[in-house]
Order: sequence, then C-alpha cells, then structure tokens
Amino acid sequence: MNNNFKAAAWAAPAMLAATAPAMAQSMDQKINDMFASSTGWFVNFIFSPFPGTSFPWIVAWLVIAATIFTIYFGLIQFRAFPHSISLVKGDYSDPNDAGEVSHFQALATALSGTVGLGNIAGVAVAVGIGGPGATFWMILAGLMGMASKFTECTLGVKYRNEYEDGTVSGGPMYYMTKGFTERGLPAGKFMAILFSVFCILGSLGGGNMFQANQAHAQIANVVGDFPGWITGIVFAAIVFAVIIGGLKSIASVTEKVVPFMGVLYVLTALIILLMNANMIGWAFGQIFAGAFTGLGVAGGMVGALIQGFKRAAFSNEAGVGSAAIAHSAVRTKEPITEGFVSLLEPFIDTVVICTMTALVIIITGQLVSDPATGMYLLDEGGATIQTIDGNKGVALTSAAFSSAFGWFQYVLAIAVILFAFSTMISWSYYGLKAWTFLFGEGHTKEIVFKVIFCIFVVIGASANLGPVIDFSDAAIFAMAVVNIVALYCLMPIVKTELNSYLSRLKSGEIHKFH
Amino acid sequence: MSNKIVVGYDGSDSSKATLDFAVELAKSQGAAIVVAHVLEWSPYSFLTPNELEERHKRRGEELERAETAVLAPVIKGLANSGVEVSTALKYGGIADTLCDIVKAEGATQVIVGRTGNSGLSSRIFGSVAGTLAQISPVPVTIVP
Repeated sequence: MNNNFKAAAWAAPAMLAATAPAMAQSMDQKINDMFASSTGWFVNFIFSPFPGTSFPWIVAWLVIAATIFTIYFGLIQFRAFPHSISLVKGDYSDPNDAGEVSHFQALATALSGTVGLGNIAGVAVAVGIGGPGATFWMILAGLMGMASKFTECTLGVKYRNEYEDGTVSGGPMYYMTKGFTERGLPAGKFMAILFSVFCILGSLGGGNMFQANQAHAQIANVVGDFPGWITGIVFAAIVFAVIIGGLKSIASVTEKVVPFMGVLYVLTALIILLMNANMIGWAFGQIFAGAFTGLGVAGGMVGALIQGFKRAAFSNEAGVGSAAIAHSAVRTKEPITEGFVSLLEPFIDTVVICTMTALVIIITGQLVSDPATGMYLLDEGGATIQTIDGNKGVALTSAAFSSAFGWFQYVLAIAVILFAFSTMISWSYYGLKAWTFLFGEGHTKEIVFKVIFCIFVVIGASANLGPVIDFSDAAIFAMAVVNIVALYCLMPIVKTELNSYLSRLKSGEIHKFH
Repeated sequence: MSNKIVVGYDGSDSSKATLDFAVELAKSQGAAIVVAHVLEWSPYSFLTPNELEERHKRRGEELERAETAVLAPVIKGLANSGVEVSTALKYGGIADTLCDIVKAEGATQVIVGRTGNSGLSSRIFGSVAGTLAQISPVPVTIVP
C-alpha cells in the first residue's frame, strides 16, 4: 500500500506536467513575481551594504557578535568542548532522572532542525558564488558561532516557562521579557514582540519556503521538470497531516531516518574524499587561496567572505535564536550545561557537514576555472561561477556526489526531502511558539498559524530560488538583529552562571554519575 | 540476614507466571520479593520538538499509570501470601536497570520470564533474559 502511494505521488505530477505545462509554468511565474515584488523592500533593508562598500551590515553584525562572545567567554567553544561531549554522553546525568529529556535528545532534535538544506544546497550556493574560499570563512563562522549558540541556549533554558502540567516553553522571547526585567532593563517586551514577528517570518521563509523550493528542485532534477506548485501541494498535504492532523507516525519516522541520512551523507562524502585523497591538499590550497584572493570570484575576497559567513549563519543559525527554543526542553538543574551541549551544534553542522559538502564540490571539479590562470570563470550574468553542467544550489551538490557514485543522486533526493521535511516540522514549532507568544495559546489560534504555514509550502515550491533565498535569509537574519541585542544585554548573567558552574565542577560538587 | 529476590514484572501473563514461581520460591526460602517494573527508555532516542516539550508531563503520566495499573494490583494480590513484597519502578535499558535494582536492593537473586507481551514500555523479556544472564551480579533464574 505504501509503495502504491509513493508511486502515485511520483506519477501524478508527471502526468499533470505533461498535460498542462504552459498553464502551470505561468502559474509558477505569477506566484514568483508577486512574491518577489512584495518582499523586495525587506530584503533590501536587511542586506543593505555599508555606505560606499559592498559589505552588508548584517554580516558584520553576526561576525562581530560571535567574536565578542568568543572573547567574553574566553574561547569557551574550545575550553568546554571535551566537557560538552561528556555531557552529551550522559556522564553527568543523574540516573534517577531517566525518562526525562536528555542532553543528547535536545541536541539531536535541535540538529535535525538545523542540519538540512543549508548543508547541502546552501553550501553549494556559497561555493557557487563565492568560490572555494567561501569555505574558509564558513568554517571560521562556524567555529565562532559556537560561542553565540552557547550564550543563547544557556539563556533559553534559564528563562524558560515551566507550566503546572509539566510542559515547557522557552526561547528568546522569554529571556527578553524575564531576563530584562531581572536586570532592570527597558524594552524587553518590545524586543520579544519584534523577535516573535521575525521568527514567524523566518519560520515561513528559511524554515519552510526555502526547504520546499529546494526539495522541489531536487525532485525535478531526478524525475524531470514539472511545475513547482504540484510538489508544493503534496508537501503541504503531508505537513498538514503532521502538524494539524497530529499524524505522529510520519514525524517519528522522519526523526529516526534523518540522523541515519545525516550519517550516510557524511560517510559518502568521506568515501569520495578518500577516493580522491591525493587532491585533498589541493582542495585546501584552493580554499585558503580563495579565502584571501577570491581567485577571480565576483567581489573577490569580500565576495567569498560574505558568502561564507551568510551561508554558515543560515545553516547553523547561531545567534538567530531558534536553537534557544529547541534546546529549552532539556531536563537539567544547570542551564549552562545546555549551553555547553549546544555549542556542539555549529561544530557538527558547519565545521563538519558543510565542509564535507564544499570539499566534495571542489574535489570533483564542478567549478570551471581557466586552466591558464587558475582563476574561476564566471557565467553570463557575472555573478556566479560557471559549473560543468550549469548547476546551482542543490543540483550542484547532487552533480558533485553523483560524479563519484551515480546512484547517489537518488539517495540525495530522498535525503533532501527528509531533511527539508524535518526542518519544516522543527520550524513550524519555532514559528508556533512565537505565534502563541504574540497571540496567546488556544486551539483556533494555533490552527490559523499552521494553515498559513502550509500555504507557504506551496508558495515556496513554486517561486524561483533567487527571491526565496533572499527572503529566507532576510527573515532569519532579522531574528538575529533582535536576538543579539538581547544577548549583549544578558551575557553577564551567562558569565555568572559559567563561573559558578566551573568552580563547582572543579570542587567536585558537580560530578560524574557513571 | 535478609534474603531478597528481584522479579522482573510487566503485567503480562508470562510475567505473572514468573511472579507465581518467585512467590513459591520466596516462601520456601523465607525471602522477600522486590517486584521490578522497568519502563524501556533510551536517552539516545530521537524525539520531535513537540515530544521534548511534553516529555516531563508524559513521564509523570507513565509513572502513574505503571504504579496504578501494573504494580498496585500485584501488591494487592500478594497481600495475603505471607511474603514480604516491595516494588521498584525505573526507566532505562531493561537488563541494565534490573541489575541496578539488584545492586540497590542488595538482592541475592533475580528472576525473569522468557517471553513477554510486546508493549513498548514493557518489553521486559526476549533477549533481555539472555543479556541479564550475561551481566547480572547475582544468580539469574529464567522462567519459561
């Protein structure tokens, strides 16, 4: 029965596509135009460059924040790394708390919300525009972002709401209201509202439309081109069944298959790298050379840097505030422990997985360079690097992996769909938390948001990559604008927690159970 | 000196037979019985954000259900058996957790059944008996 359903799902779009291509394509075009024109002003504001330069202020904003947190907490991401691993392994968990949410589970759930298309498609976009050098800046941003994540997740747990029935709600909107009141700072409520608005937009953008868009691109890449709104409607129906119909089986299957897919993805990348072991040195050479010279990329070094930082932030969401929502359900007496655990997230997501993708794209020679000068050739628009088959986004990653293993494009197609789906489920939850913070909890109110969420799945699958990715980035970065201000205001609280915890760890008051 | 027997119990018919066996044994040896119910749980499983949010609440509900539906009837049923009965209720991997209970109670032996029902939280048997035989610090009796 299952197989029949799948077959039908694949066949239906193909048939529709064959019968009414012209009408369908123009419908995609209409949705795209409408979407691009209604979101352009917002995108332009978020990505406006510093006067007289091409450097967007928002990228500087994220990098400066990550640097400040890294310095303020004394390279916490490196100091606490071994302790973070112990915490995830459960060495410090009280056996009597078995049955509660463990550090591992909070991390795994947060990761399944972040590991996804950013790692597959986002990296391809970064390397396709910024060249191999973008990888260097991406890794750097990932390492620095660990400190941002540490700060926001500690606060997320510390100021979460625990209700009488035992459920919890946490996230930036709660530390903005409660934390600001505690420190006697003004405007906490205002910031929480602003954050919630952006969080809803982010959940509809990067957490939804970008996913639907790239999932459609991947399916079309495998089965042939067909109108995006068909994928959109199928996807929306499944998301609807899970978040409104409460069809837990789909969600729980996804939750189990996604980690498996993640491991399979990394293993395949490793095998491809090992098969080309002699080129790894060259690839890193390209990454370093490109990081500082650009190797002919549009915008040169700055172009590589912007792409690297942008895609890293989009992929690991450090400083954005979404992780603070995901991590806040853990059972711990020490909020700081969840901060430690969460700093592994950008490491796994960006430093490990994104780097794998980038290396595979570079090593398999997808980017076209001039053999005489070693400089990359740009395509007609002059904005992106030429690729062998003109691929971009997820199609570029797919081409890179399938050049080594032809069958991998099918695995990747399934992985992309599952990643997209799990990210959508996670972000529908983040968006819902922001929505209920604004409008209060209640069945009807929640349904309204969930229906809106499903509508955006269709829009995302229909629109072109350009406008979707711009809006997705803009909405997610807008969250970071508000969130990072709050993190600056509240970081002394995290420092107090950190010092207290570290001294108790040293004295043996906090000890291993296993 | 106290002589305690830990019995793995999940409410299934098979585990009831195991318990009957243990009660007879306890009578003949003048031992006390610890009825152990383990709710299968791994801290390394994957949950959705919604499940995380509700986990603490669900845990409370699961413990209460186990207490009232599984353990309370046993206590009641054995009230007049003349054997001293206590209970243990824990989350974890079943064989490991039974060992932990044995150690915590200072028990001298542990008795489990071989097949149980396949309810998720009460899959106490199957290969559990085999694993337990391998890792238990005290003699293990497996009741068919």
